[in-house]
Amino acid sequence: MKITVAEALIKALEFEGVEVMFGHPGGAILPAYDPLYDSPIRHILARHEQGAGHMAEGYAQATGKVGVVIATSGPGATNLVTPLANAYMDSVPIVAITGQVPTHAIGNDAFQEAHTWGISMPATKHNYLVTDPADIPDVIHEAFHLAGSGRPGPVLVDLPKNILNTEIEWHQPTGKVDLPGYKPNTKGHPLQIRAAVDLILAAERPVLYAGGGIVAAGAHAELLALAEKANLPVTTTLMARGAFPDHHPLSLGMPGMHGLYAAITAIQKSDLLIAIGARFDDRVTGDPAAFAPHAKVIHADIDPSEIGKVRTPDVPIVGDARTVLGQLIGKLDRTLDGAPAPDHAGWLETIREWQRDKVVHYQQDPAGPIKPQFVVEELYRITGGQAIVVAGVGQHQMWASQLWKYTKPRTWINSGGLGTMGYAIPAAIGAKVGMPDELVYAIDGDGCFQMTMQELTTASTEGVPVKIAVLNNNNLGMVRQWQRLFYNERFSATELTNHTPDYVKLAEAMGCVGLRAEHPSEVGPVIEKSLTINDQPVISEFRVDPDEMVFPMVPAGGSNDDVAMSLEDLK
Amino acid sequence: MTLHVLSVLVEDKPGVLARVSSMFARRGFNIHSLAVGPSAEPGNSTMTVVVDAAEIEQVVKQLRKLINTIKITELDPAESVEREVMLVRVAADASLRGELLDAASVFKAKAVDVGATSVTFEMVGTPSKVNDFLELIRPYGLIDVVKSGWIALARDSKTRNLRAIS
Repeated sequence: MKITVAEALIKALEFEGVEVMFGHPGGAILPAYDPLYDSPIRHILARHEQGAGHMAEGYAQATGKVGVVIATSGPGATNLVTPLANAYMDSVPIVAITGQVPTHAIGNDAFQEAHTWGISMPATKHNYLVTDPADIPDVIHEAFHLAGSGRPGPVLVDLPKNILNTEIEWHQPTGKVDLPGYKPNTKGHPLQIRAAVDLILAAERPVLYAGGGIVAAGAHAELLALAEKANLPVTTTLMARGAFPDHHPLSLGMPGMHGLYAAITAIQKSDLLIAIGARFDDRVTGDPAAFAPHAKVIHADIDPSEIGKVRTPDVPIVGDARTVLGQLIGKLDRTLDGAPAPDHAGWLETIREWQRDKVVHYQQDPAGPIKPQFVVEELYRITGGQAIVVAGVGQHQMWASQLWKYTKPRTWINSGGLGTMGYAIPAAIGAKVGMPDELVYAIDGDGCFQMTMQELTTASTEGVPVKIAVLNNNNLGMVRQWQRLFYNERFSATELTNHTPDYVKLAEAMGCVGLRAEHPSEVGPVIEKSLTINDQPVISEFRVDPDEMVFPMVPAGGSNDDVAMSLEDLK
Repeated sequence: MTLHVLSVLVEDKPGVLARVSSMFARRGFNIHSLAVGPSAEPGNSTMTVVVDAAEIEQVVKQLRKLINTIKITELDPAESVEREVMLVRVAADASLRGELLDAASVFKAKAVDVGATSVTFEMVGTPSKVNDFLELIRPYGLIDVVKSGWIALARDSKTRNLRAIS
């Protein structure tokens, strides 16, 4: 039976098990929207393609499945560049389908033409411009395989309109992929595993540095098992929050620029750093030359190019985090042969002292103003921590990461590598679509909120009851913090004017419920009220102190030996 | 300048050259020369990429990360055959022609076009020989130079495969 490529595309997506797509139609992609009308695949109509892309990411981060976004040619595709770049940085598996002008018009500056293939190339793991109609079932299968396997990432498939309209003979994808150059190595080399275990057993001050690869590989149980078996304190990067339970005695919390003092300092004083699925990002290392200066390094990653990129390891291991951790546990068991592993009692006690002495602190005056940290802590207390937390980028993101005790992977979703403001609203919508039975609570800033707030309409009209807490300090808080610290308090272009927009009215205008807290005593009741409304999205505005700053802090490019716990430490 | 010669087997797919050159540009790696053509197996191409880099490991890893890259071999100059083709037009009236032709014969360069005011030579040789000839004739006045970029093949069973560390 002959069907069009557009019909084949939808069939191929159904074959991949796609249950939902986030998108926005337009001229060149119209042929694909026609068969979508009859498909069981749910389509979420975003109000901007960037929003659709972040929704696909939020969906992927919450569920572990490949997220799908669909957009038209030209501006539709260029609006996807930010989500693609974001997904590439944070290794989020998404497949983007874009329409393209007909093949005979490509290169002629046709209406809504953009060189999508070229523009998206450096922002994707791989991309396709389909020119042979017969390729479509296999290209879609390859795209999903590439997005979800190895180091996950975004894959884009660009489909010219005339190709979409061409009739082909449908064939089910065989499930085989023809990618001779793509064979991710998942199993660590036995000699390196042995060398790693030798270092682990010899170490006196080890630190396990867990990155987003733990979450991507579903390796949290193995991480916990190794840490407990070898008595290794664990630090979880911004992309790995939730990969190790924060309430565990071996948990150090987040490292890096705004990490916890004990995590940063334990790394600095360590004699062995075991990095699994982490990439020595500059927000973790500060000055790389001064980072963990006494430590030998074991570095395991599925992406060989991450190994040695920033820090030359003593033991490099290419492999999947879960497989490698399993190998390390097995080798450790065989080597110990029933003997106890070193208990590192002194080292762990030193760490506990840092944890006792150097805590993240703020003072909530009962008379106000509301401290943003207080809102995060109240949210944690009232929800019992039982929520998927989604953040944008800036101060609110750091507080949401520092002050929440994460216990499960995929309960913390944010834009880590690219630092995409406006991520929270669409990503929360995507997460809620993927996990409808979970409470999805976005913790957002007012600057971020205003970048993607049109998606509130998407949430209300598509019936996606997310909850969003806006920590409204009327400022671009993190930029303001840097201006205060490094630019002589010259607050250039960081004030967002006095309480505009009106968030309550805005929420109502967008089909959501709007709540507001202006006084500390109103914070708890507003949160509690928000939890009682489950048939509509709820926006809760908290008018918070604009002068509050994020600490601890290691100034950009500085040494992690110099952790400022407060403003006084920076003077 | 530290040059490394990489022989890169890639799938012959549209845009593969753009993927390679874009990656070099994005990562700030310097390409000294790049030559590409069909390889022995149909459907594949071989690129000879000469990279100016003190440290080649990250370049190789990033190249390998491209989905269409099948295999990368670093060629040791002592254990491979390296060639470059050059066409060079040099200013020469009749009085200088003989002198130039003599120099060319030493380098096994061939005159392929002779005009009233210039001579064009074709030369195939190792990149350093080609360069030596170019420097020799430069004082006469170069009008145009084109080079193919390096191409190279490992000598029999002297191939050193660069494997990703594991």
